[in-house]
Amino acid sequence: MQSIHVRSTINGQPAEFLCEPRQSLLEVLRDVLRLTGTKEGCNDGNCGACTVEMDGRIVPACLVLGAEAEGAEILTVEGIAKGSALHDLQSAFLTGAALQCGICTPGFIVASKALLDQNPNPSEDEIRLWLANNLCRCTGYDKIVRSVQATASLCREESST
Amino acid sequence: MTVAATDSETTGQDRKPGPAAANGYEPNMVLANQTFDIVGSRPVRHDGADKVTGRAVYGADVTLPGTLHGAILRSPHAHARILSIDTSRAEQMDGVHAVMTAGDLPDAGDKIVDVGEGDTPLAYVHGNVLAKDKVLYQGHAVAAVAASNAHVALEAASAINIEYDVLPCSLTAPDAMRPEAALLHDDLVTKELGEESNRRSNVAEHFRWTKGDVETGFARADTIVERSFDTATVHQGYIEPHTVTALWNHDGRLLLWCSTQGAFVVRDVVSTILDIPVSTVKVTPTEIGGGFGGKIPVYMEPVAALLSRKTGRPVKIVMSREEVFLGTGPTAGTHTRVKIGASADGKIQAMEAELAYEAGAYPGSFVVPGGMCVFAAYDCENVAVDGYDVVVNKPSCAAYRAPGSPQAAFAAEQVIDEVALRLGLDPVEFRLLNAAREGTRRADGPKFRRIGCVEVLEAVKNHPHYSAPLVGPNQGRGVAIGFWFNAGLESSCTLNVNTNGTVNLVEGSTDIGGTRTSIAMQAAEVLGISAQDILPEVVDTDSVGFTSVTGGSRTTFATGWAAHDAAQKVVDEMKTRAAMLWAVEPEQVEHSKGTYTANGSSATFQELAAQASRTGGPISASATVKPRGVGGSFAANIVDVEVDPETGKVDIVRFTAVQDVGKAVHPSYVEGQMQGGSVQGIGWALNEEYFMGEDGTMRNSTLLDYRMPTTLDLPMIDTCIVEVANPGHPFGVRGVGEANIVPPLPAVANAIHDAVGVRMQRLPMSPPAVWAALAKT
Ligand code: FES
Ligand code: FES
Repeated sequence: MQSIHVRSTINGQPAEFLCEPRQSLLEVLRDVLRLTGTKEGCNDGNCGACTVEMDGRIVPACLVLGAEAEGAEILTVEGIAKGSALHDLQSAFLTGAALQCGICTPGFIVASKALLDQNPNPSEDEIRLWLANNLCRCTGYDKIVRSVQATASLCREESST
Repeated sequence: MTVAATDSETTGQDRKPGPAAANGYEPNMVLANQTFDIVGSRPVRHDGADKVTGRAVYGADVTLPGTLHGAILRSPHAHARILSIDTSRAEQMDGVHAVMTAGDLPDAGDKIVDVGEGDTPLAYVHGNVLAKDKVLYQGHAVAAVAASNAHVALEAASAINIEYDVLPCSLTAPDAMRPEAALLHDDLVTKELGEESNRRSNVAEHFRWTKGDVETGFARADTIVERSFDTATVHQGYIEPHTVTALWNHDGRLLLWCSTQGAFVVRDVVSTILDIPVSTVKVTPTEIGGGFGGKIPVYMEPVAALLSRKTGRPVKIVMSREEVFLGTGPTAGTHTRVKIGASADGKIQAMEAELAYEAGAYPGSFVVPGGMCVFAAYDCENVAVDGYDVVVNKPSCAAYRAPGSPQAAFAAEQVIDEVALRLGLDPVEFRLLNAAREGTRRADGPKFRRIGCVEVLEAVKNHPHYSAPLVGPNQGRGVAIGFWFNAGLESSCTLNVNTNGTVNLVEGSTDIGGTRTSIAMQAAEVLGISAQDILPEVVDTDSVGFTSVTGGSRTTFATGWAAHDAAQKVVDEMKTRAAMLWAVEPEQVEHSKGTYTANGSSATFQELAAQASRTGGPISASATVKPRGVGGSFAANIVDVEVDPETGKVDIVRFTAVQDVGKAVHPSYVEGQMQGGSVQGIGWALNEEYFMGEDGTMRNSTLLDYRMPTTLDLPMIDTCIVEVANPGHPFGVRGVGEANIVPPLPAVANAIHDAVGVRMQRLPMSPPAVWAALAKT
């Protein structure tokens, strides 16, 4: 099968790769680029473990073809922390015990960040609606929702000072 | 009993500020009994940074240089004889390196083995790895391929040609128990009340436990309620599919990387299946994306191993989500009958249960623990429990969080509710009147040691939720209680003291939900240092003493106990070192909270660690434990539901989980266990089921159609931690992982009854089921 040459930006860095036409963006990230932080739970768009941001929208990477990344800007969980400092959401997930096994966490972090980027003051309902595509089997979601709320109020405090 | 601090991470934004919020009630109450310095605090978990940055290595993230990819061909039929297998076309495909079938496994003969769940014919263990003559469920593995990449492997697997003779199938326990039912195994005879019968059937075992005399008891009763119930097959639903990487090295050692709940179990079972010495196998447990019991069994490990031996290359196999549904772990669908009689004074006089559980394709349905738990919360003189372990044409059951207990509670706790209603008693008062206590003997024999059944029920009664008014029409409130054990099994732990006063902690328990930290905290408590100064590491089977599975709610309890014992040895060694420095006898050295003193001299743990080299060399200690006679945990729920009479849809309006945890080592993660177990129970109660066609094929094998609860389906899950110290454990810890999934099934059913007056006798209580029940009234 003829490979396709793709140029995109991943986590702020130019990324060039070859992929087969049938390879999903999830396979490219994990198997070609070895960015294994993005997880596979279902490979059909129904668990959210593979959530990445693509040109400002969150998408399940398993439902995007690698070739579709041409010219796109992609953000994965590996691009959330800035240097050696965790993002506030990542810290909030840790202090709020929002993960147990942690397999869903990369997807939740990427999705929650996208929510807070566009809505710094979400209600509980808005958080629950936004995160409904991300399954977590361990936590019952309580501490995840609270950690997103805690991050939002922290951001509000920071921006008001 | 003191009321300790409540949860630290509160929010200020409630979706529907209920009446409790108006009273200033803070969620996540802790009823603490004993306080410590480290145990009971909430440090950040040691593996946390790796898990929020995507750096943690899970099973599918392992790729060795030169890795081949495997795929497994699975049966499309629920029950069929294999007439022929033709692998020639697959073998000739470009990129295919090896193909294998059951014929490549060593001969199982008629050996009986114990792979952790009692005596089992080895042929059954082999049979579930790769089917030999017959397939027993849709998704049963038949052949496997190793190829240059996963796509080629899948194509090659589908090029294997198998001829089947399709047989009639048996899909539920009542169906499979009929005399004319299709038999799964030609050699299966019923073990009838402990004796081998010569009756060939799908019933692997029928047991009966009795205590007192139920006939006499029912004769004394003023009210008797008897009902039967059914529950659907459901899946553990962990988000990470099973995965393995195998390398049969050229030095003869077999190296395995997998996400498993028990690396040593994988080592032992794989060596048994492959008939090689146990020391040949080294298993490295990766991070694990959930298990709930479903990642205890061995599925693909022996297959990947043999493919690696054939090819001389590492072989990696990752299941698809569909394979997870079809080929692994569901928990038993059940058919049960419960009869309870009580006298007008509210005393239960007799309890009787008949439990028939689907084992799936091979015996072992967890009906035994179901029988042990069904009436565990009650002190009743006259009890009889009958259990049937029934094979059916579904995947072989695996443990699922408190395996066997939720289905039994769904039946028993609804009948209890109904008896209380008929007697005009408050359902919590009725349970308290009859609650099991220390010394109560269960029908299966053992007497309870100190348990927290009464304390949990008292906490329910006193909880603000229990007295809060319901806030809308078609709402109802239900309560229920459930029980699960605390396995002891075996654990090991080693502590190596660094000269800067930190300690490397080496252990072998897969960390599914923060146990590195809860184990480290127990060592820190003994040593009098901070949790962060302990550096815990979960290592491979070559690098630590034997450690049983992360299961049975035992990891924080038992591996934590091993850490406690190892830390105690470090303290003793530190006393010896201090004595040497101060020229006193070790017995004269006192230790308190990390400071050692004798005759006016004093040194901290850190100071003594820094001098290790001068006082005899490195300081290190190991301990192993095998706790016995350990106590179990009771959990109860208060749940408010709202039923939509037009659609039958049930919404959870408010939910409170109460559990006796002995001592919460890390309360946030204990709450997390309670919340997670509760939500799995809610999913089991309301939504989840294997939709099976009459031909035994599953019609909903995706996460879209097998619908697990999402953020939108739930409110916050409130918790109430009750601490009744477990007398066996140094900190009073009880296992907390499982009991919490037991009460939601009946509690939700009781709430539906309270809301709309229908008694739901079948799970799931999905909108069509509730709507149909309403239509009949
Ligand atoms: S793996 Fe992409 S949504 Fe599940
Ligand atoms: S923490 Fe395990 S799936 Fe979410």
